[in-house]
Amino acid sequence: MKTLLVAEYRDGELLNSSYELVAFAEQLGAESAMFLVGSDSALPTYNGTLYLADVGKYGEFNPAVHKQLLLDAIAKEQPDMVVFAHSSYGWDLAPRISLALNVAHVSEVIDIVDGVPVVPACNAKLRRNVKAKTNQMVLTLQGGAFGLEDEPSGSPTVVSVDTDTAAQVEFCGYEEAEAGGVDLSKAEVIVSAGRGIGKPENLAIIEALAKALKGEYGASRPVVDSDWADHSRQVGTTGQTVSPKLYVACGISGAIQHLAGMKKSEFIVAINTDKDAPIGEVADVLIVADLKEFVPAMTEKINNL
Amino acid sequence: MKILVCIKQVPDMESRFKLNSESNWYEGTDLAWRMNEYDEYAVEQAVQLKGQVGDADLTVLSIGPDRVKEMMKKALAMGCDRGAHIADDDYFKKDPFEIASVIAEFAKDQGFDLIFTGMQSQDRGSGQVGVLVAEMLDLPSITTIVDFAFDGGQITVKRELEGGIKSVIKATAPALVTCQLGLNTPRYPTLPNIMKAKRKELLSIPISDLLKVEGKQETAKMYFPEKKGGGLVLEGDVADLTDRLIKILKDKTAVLA
Repeated sequence: MKTLLVAEYRDGELLNSSYELVAFAEQLGAESAMFLVGSDSALPTYNGTLYLADVGKYGEFNPAVHKQLLLDAIAKEQPDMVVFAHSSYGWDLAPRISLALNVAHVSEVIDIVDGVPVVPACNAKLRRNVKAKTNQMVLTLQGGAFGLEDEPSGSPTVVSVDTDTAAQVEFCGYEEAEAGGVDLSKAEVIVSAGRGIGKPENLAIIEALAKALKGEYGASRPVVDSDWADHSRQVGTTGQTVSPKLYVACGISGAIQHLAGMKKSEFIVAINTDKDAPIGEVADVLIVADLKEFVPAMTEKINNL
Repeated sequence: MKILVCIKQVPDMESRFKLNSESNWYEGTDLAWRMNEYDEYAVEQAVQLKGQVGDADLTVLSIGPDRVKEMMKKALAMGCDRGAHIADDDYFKKDPFEIASVIAEFAKDQGFDLIFTGMQSQDRGSGQVGVLVAEMLDLPSITTIVDFAFDGGQITVKRELEGGIKSVIKATAPALVTCQLGLNTPRYPTLPNIMKAKRKELLSIPISDLLKVEGKQETAKMYFPEKKGGGLVLEGDVADLTDRLIKILKDKTAVLA
């Protein structure tokens, strides 16, 4: 079994998610090579062949061109699997590759059981085993599903790849998250509001419990998208990653992107009317109750302690 | 200007799911169906673009059984001009490659200037179909957009990356974009527009007219994840629950010390 791992590079740095791909190959007992549009001044610590294209020439985001560079590396390496992170870079590039290769493409893989990729479905309430009908396969891996046991080490054997393919889109730069707002990563207690709060007025009861516990309040993506809370309060992949002493998830079903941002919290309490909500997977305690009754009652008891 | 928006009908994710008799998908009966959340943003952006350029014709497309027409009527009430329903009772057995091939086959000779899709569906979540359609039609595609502007054939979008960072990308129409949550505020159809939508064209096309490829993968098995256990599940009276949680927090954490 041979894998080609597609590493990622952003803002002048190799992304750590690249090493999750190495962990995946190790877990599978597969041979690996790596592909990167990056720089020889920031090489991955990795023992193996690295197909390297110069980011100075080809840019950090340039799908049509990265596609051709990667296809050239694939032609040289002939891997059984081409493996990406399921990230804004990976899910954008992977379909372009699977179509060009005319092969099966399985997204957001969380496990491989007897050679068969396992993926989540329906907001992680269900699992799906996906059987490829082609020998070669393209995979994207869910962030955090495959972790390296040891610190990465080694130095790669670099093989340069080049192309004269024309770009289809123009990358004009990055925009940082707005400064200001609250830094949740420093809070010892976070009480977060999810879609289950129902209406913006109910954010006040979440805030009150956070205050009673001397913490901050956070929010899940739908709450922020609805403008009920500021983006700086958002916990999850596209918001902040937090690991407080106590995380209280109120009316949060537990989308993968949210779990990725809070599952390292020391103690997790979830309050949800749905006993089967995926948040239950990571919660130390799941309170099956209507948060609109439970949260104010809890705040009052704590304030009276 | 011609615009296409592709939408999917999915179950409400709060539903209590059951497996079908073959255990290769969830059972479709007894579920509340709605428009895939990501696609609501796609429809809204397409309607806004039509409003901006004035002279535009906006087609909404969906693949699925007859019930998807209810959701398509909502898209028509939001402002789409016509609907193309690709009729398929076995839609859940089609892989992203087949679905994209059907859409590309429908779109190929129609000269759409802009195609909008959601970035992924809430049930399957592959996130592949939009990009595949664009690749099949040889169009540029930009995924996961949270901001969209159109000016004289030039598109400027922001892509959402990890950790709150966005990238700014420009492309020239014709092009395809896949829409992320929060891109805009999807409108609620008004009653007059719901009435008007009833008179709009909603054509059904059998999928066999458009499907000319074979899938590359299939769902071998669908199942519920094993409960990891460990977590304590508490139910009952609220006053009792608060007492029990306070005791647990005192025993297991230092936050009430």
